[in-house]
Amino acid sequence: MKSLESWGRYPRVEQRTQALTWRSDALPEVSGSVLPHGLGRSYGDSCLNGGGTLLLTSGLDRFIDFDPATGVVRCEAGVSLDMILRLGAPRGWFLPVTPGTKFVTVGGAIANDVHGKNHHCAGTFGRYVRRFELVRSDGSRRICSPDENPDWYGATIGGLGLTGLITWAEVQLKPISNPYVLQETVPLANLDEFLVVARESEADHQFTMAWVDCLARGKKVGRGLLYRGNFAPPQFDGLPLAKSHLSHGIGLAVPMDMPSFCLNRLTVSAFNWLYFHRQNGKPKQRLTHYDPFFYPLDAIYGWNRIYGRKGFLQFQCVVPYSTARDALKDILERSSRGGLPSFLSVLKTFGDIPSPGWLSFPRKGVTLAMDFANRGEKTYRLVEELDRVTREAGGAVYPAKDARMSPESFAAYFPRHTEFAGYVDPAFSSSFWRRMHPVSLPFSLESERASGAPQPQSVLALR
Amino acid sequence: MKKVLVLGATSAIAQATVRLLAARGASLYLVGRNAANLDAVTKDAATRGAAKVESKAVDLNDFATHEALVEGAFQALGGLDGVVLAHGVLGDQAESQATWTATEAVLRTNFMSAVSLLTPLANRFEAQKAGTLVVISSVAGDRGRQSNYVYGASKGALNVFLQGLRNRLAKANVAVVTVKPGFVDTPMTAHLPKNKLFASPEKVARGLLRAADSRKNEVYVPGIWALIMLIIKSIPESVFKKLKL
Repeated sequence: MKSLESWGRYPRVEQRTQALTWRSDALPEVSGSVLPHGLGRSYGDSCLNGGGTLLLTSGLDRFIDFDPATGVVRCEAGVSLDMILRLGAPRGWFLPVTPGTKFVTVGGAIANDVHGKNHHCAGTFGRYVRRFELVRSDGSRRICSPDENPDWYGATIGGLGLTGLITWAEVQLKPISNPYVLQETVPLANLDEFLVVARESEADHQFTMAWVDCLARGKKVGRGLLYRGNFAPPQFDGLPLAKSHLSHGIGLAVPMDMPSFCLNRLTVSAFNWLYFHRQNGKPKQRLTHYDPFFYPLDAIYGWNRIYGRKGFLQFQCVVPYSTARDALKDILERSSRGGLPSFLSVLKTFGDIPSPGWLSFPRKGVTLAMDFANRGEKTYRLVEELDRVTREAGGAVYPAKDARMSPESFAAYFPRHTEFAGYVDPAFSSSFWRRMHPVSLPFSLESERASGAPQPQSVLALR
Repeated sequence: MKKVLVLGATSAIAQATVRLLAARGASLYLVGRNAANLDAVTKDAATRGAAKVESKAVDLNDFATHEALVEGAFQALGGLDGVVLAHGVLGDQAESQATWTATEAVLRTNFMSAVSLLTPLANRFEAQKAGTLVVISSVAGDRGRQSNYVYGASKGALNVFLQGLRNRLAKANVAVVTVKPGFVDTPMTAHLPKNKLFASPEKVARGLLRAADSRKNEVYVPGIWALIMLIIKSIPESVFKKLKL
């Protein structure tokens, strides 16, 4: 048994691990349940399998084929988005959709149907997955695509790794003329301004997202900076941009767990004030390499250690436009009132481009992501409250970033969950999945939480 | 090394080396036992930029195929200027102690098959007066220890063979590079508990290619093993035999 963490470092569960090496091998035979695990960038418990076995896919990291004429790449599921960029970017091909870290495997990107700053015009990652192979514990192997086994294709995209093991996938990249992004930063006084500027920006910007100072209160709720951009044209101000200067970040690392007193209301609000006022209140335009534009945090290796041993909880929700203003104001105010600093909060709009995945999280509306340092019960209660506000607003919470949503919420957020359950491999499970299906437990989850008994995750881990 | 034959190409260290060679645009001839796994490594190398990749699935314990295999590699790539010999087995010390059959299997794979392959390769390289032969040995070959002396003996014999070969080929401008990795985190060692001394296959591959590029004789990768083995080799036998190593 070993303690393998998710990116948020909460919850902590004990599980065995089994490394996978070859895509043609049969699934290893182990007692108990298994769950594929890539680079562990999911924040909560959807990439953990307490009491069971994690199938480590990082050894499945081979390319199978890349066509520089069409931009179609075929690779094993453990290949990271970083490896794809290193292959594709110098040849003029970029990821069609990328999350805020490139240290995510292709299998993980499919299982969580990740989205990026371009959801309003590109949709989710799953839309660009042409085919993949799914191996089940009964030994069967299926090629899944919109035409072949479309039901398995739909269940597996966003399927949280529960439908079987993805061994390889074929992804359509998109052409770029150079690796630079023309980026504009616009200061936002509050949430209302965000809602106006974000929608305006969608028309002629591929990429938009906003950083919010979530300690701002009253009229300033939602104060922040909106970033919008497009891949730069081949020429910019007469400078040729053909040459690729692949930078690999600035190579900082967080060498140890930071003591928890480093992060408090004072330090976070000072950081936020400085960050906001660096801008002078005026829009700014600049040319930037794709690396810092898409992956600012990847430059600081192990940034999750800033939150210390106890880790942090991330919360990401999406709410429809009709309820967005009130619900987001409520969520931002609750988190600010709670006195629990969220170091990094991000607002972004989602478009209505549908995903093939049944359990895909993005849907038309406004999404907000926040980090909360883990201060125990107080933090859990806050996140559970935010889950409730989201549900009442007709929104949804992102399983890849969740550690506390209720089973009732999960059912409400993902109406196809019962259909999906029929496609879950009997040998596959996760701590998240058992948390969402506690009905078979001889006790109620709510009473466990109320009584101050051990964390539900650790109790579930015993199953 | 521009035209390289890789023996045991599906091993973790060889795979990592193949990736680095492919990124340099080398031409490769890959040899491994399992056809499906070899195909995965071959396609990966081609996608990562190798100028040319050919492969052949054979069991290197079948010595009768070796001459033809070497001939095939020269033909396929239009000559060779580098060889990376990476195949080997760890074996099981307890089984080897119990039966000669188990011991013989380790010696055959790690020592005899390597010699059988290096004989025609050395002759051709000597004749063309150019090339680099890189052989993955092990720190275990430096001193016999009760915990794995059969594996150690196979690698120790290989080391002595390579010393002689180096001595012979020096005047023909052929480099013979003995690479001695310490603990490497690979499927071969998957069953062992890991500690800080375990290196990644990528790190070992980088050290291997650095040594090959500069035509070194014997290298420890990572370098810390030079110090560790210096200490281990300098313990007097009268003391050493009482240690539990």
